[in-house]
Amino acid sequence: MNKMFLALPALALLAACNSKAGNESSNAESGVQVTGAGSTFVYPVLSAWAADHKNQGGAAINYQSIGSGGGIAQVKAGTVDFGATDQPLASDDLAQNNLAQFPVVVGGIVPVVNIPGIEAGKLKLTGPLLADIYQGKIKNWNDPAIVKINPGLNLPNVAISTVHRSDGSGTTFNFTHYLSQVSPTWKSGPGEGKTVAWTGGVGGKGNEGVAGYVKQLPNSLGYVEYAYVVQNKMSYALLQNAAGNFVAPSADSFAAAAATADWKNAKDFNLVMTNAAGANAYPIAASTFILLPKQPKDRARSSAAIAFFKYALEHGQDQAKKLDYVPLPDPLVQQIESYIGANIK
Amino acid sequence: MNATLAEDSGLVASTNRKSGAGADRAFQLVTAAAAWFVLLLLGATALSMAWGGRLAFKTFGWHFVTGKDWDAVNNVFGALVPIYGTLVTSAIALIIAVPVSIGIALFLTDIAPRWSRAPIAVAIELLAAIPSIIYGMWGLFIFAPFMAANVEPWLSDHLGSKAIIGPLFSGPPIGIGMLTAGIVLGIMVIPFIATVAREVFSAVPPPLKESAVALGSTRWEILSRVTLPYTRSAIIGAVFLGLGRALGETMAVTFVLGNAHDLSASLLMPSNSIAAAIANEFTEADTELYRSSLIALGFLLFVVTFIVLTIAKLMLLRINRQYGRTH
Repeated sequence: MNKMFLALPALALLAACNSKAGNESSNAESGVQVTGAGSTFVYPVLSAWAADHKNQGGAAINYQSIGSGGGIAQVKAGTVDFGATDQPLASDDLAQNNLAQFPVVVGGIVPVVNIPGIEAGKLKLTGPLLADIYQGKIKNWNDPAIVKINPGLNLPNVAISTVHRSDGSGTTFNFTHYLSQVSPTWKSGPGEGKTVAWTGGVGGKGNEGVAGYVKQLPNSLGYVEYAYVVQNKMSYALLQNAAGNFVAPSADSFAAAAATADWKNAKDFNLVMTNAAGANAYPIAASTFILLPKQPKDRARSSAAIAFFKYALEHGQDQAKKLDYVPLPDPLVQQIESYIGANIK
Repeated sequence: MNATLAEDSGLVASTNRKSGAGADRAFQLVTAAAAWFVLLLLGATALSMAWGGRLAFKTFGWHFVTGKDWDAVNNVFGALVPIYGTLVTSAIALIIAVPVSIGIALFLTDIAPRWSRAPIAVAIELLAAIPSIIYGMWGLFIFAPFMAANVEPWLSDHLGSKAIIGPLFSGPPIGIGMLTAGIVLGIMVIPFIATVAREVFSAVPPPLKESAVALGSTRWEILSRVTLPYTRSAIIGAVFLGLGRALGETMAVTFVLGNAHDLSASLLMPSNSIAAAIANEFTEADTELYRSSLIALGFLLFVVTFIVLTIAKLMLLRINRQYGRTH
């Protein structure tokens, strides 16, 4: 919720700066209105970037956070200049619609719990355990499988209330993508998607809905974006990564995941960073992808959009950190810039 | 009542035929157009929903109504859980709202001191103006924890083991579920039913009630033998206004119902409703079949409402036949 409040001043800035555009070098871009639509996850940082960019004489960016699905549909239809999605599109889908795709920012999805007496970062969980709990195979907090990896903790003999997203979302996609990778029964059962067929539990709308339910329901387990954990001071669980270490969600562990992910061999950056290999990598790191038409109808607006994302990738990192996102590693930024140069005419 | 009204207007029309025939004809046309437009609009909405949902109906057939799986990954959609959740929460809402509303209306027309009637009536009308999201937030942050801590444990301890109603009240007390949603909905529809009921009750001719008093009737007898029989069709209309609101309510239900596609006999368990499912899932429904299924769900809400209304009309007809027409 705080993210929304952070975004408001940015919007106000956007409006306030409409008049005094073009005081510096990039005069050609001022006066151009770039429109985008998509992911709600990226909205706070995108609007902060847009305000800064505009302040420095860049084009005005009008971004509507209508959800990834809507963003994909609109950029395919050509009604917006760029789309943003939490779930990358496959290369053939991109080719079919003549779109280019690249990541702009990294975040993470964090299991959060509300067990009376257990503080943040004390409970350890593994991917297979999460899958079993969400499938209803593990019903109680003091199940032997949970107690085994949490020897010192006093886990209560009560039922686990699971909380999931009721709306389709990139958060759920990344979460279920991870569970599908670490649990064969999850893969053959609910599978991965922006919304899946859950077994039991309660559905909350949006990250704030899930966060709200987890805080309301004792002995509950949910999953939310990292920023909501920080801002709501939620009790997160440590998660075991592919290397076998239990890691806490943090900018460093997300960055470690982004650094060890195999971006080099991912065509059109079609890569989901879950279950990354690094020793300190956080297992459910996620990124938001920008979709741009390869042969734009309006050249001026397209080049203004590219200039904006160049600015964001090169100079927007501090702003991203302030809003609890994680900047992309440098080699990846270079790879993206050469990709843009090669793909968008 | 409708028949007499029509006769009255016919009488008025025939006496005025010479003086203002043209204006009268125009007036008739305008009112008829307004009335038919509503019907046309309703038909067009239902048709376009059915058209939008045709892919879902074609793919799943009857299974769309009877299936309980809702799985976007495998593209399997069945609407049984949202239909069930919608009907159950609305039924709970009416069970709570109807007696309370009639009590409020009766109190305001017959029992309350005259000076207090207007302020209370205005307050009840203002309750109807509270946005539903406020009810939803109150439900989630205040009422659901109260239900989880106080009401639901009692229910499952005392009623959960009983023979027939036991399954209705079993399960962990999490405070979010069909019972909580039904109660919140009940509170939301009370102002609608109470306001209309008050208007209707105050339209009962005083001589009827006075004669009942003269015959030595108690308040209860006046209510059950005079006021309710005299106003029953209007009261049932008021109840259906409330029911319509309860069936289609979205925001408040989304907050307290749990949005889970699970079929459970227990009223304490989370479920889903048609309106809540559409509101939750429409923005990210990115396959053709998924979107079509959600639109088909909207069409089913039409059908459910239509069936419920038809049953009510039939009930009303039967009551009228039993009592004979009183007016």
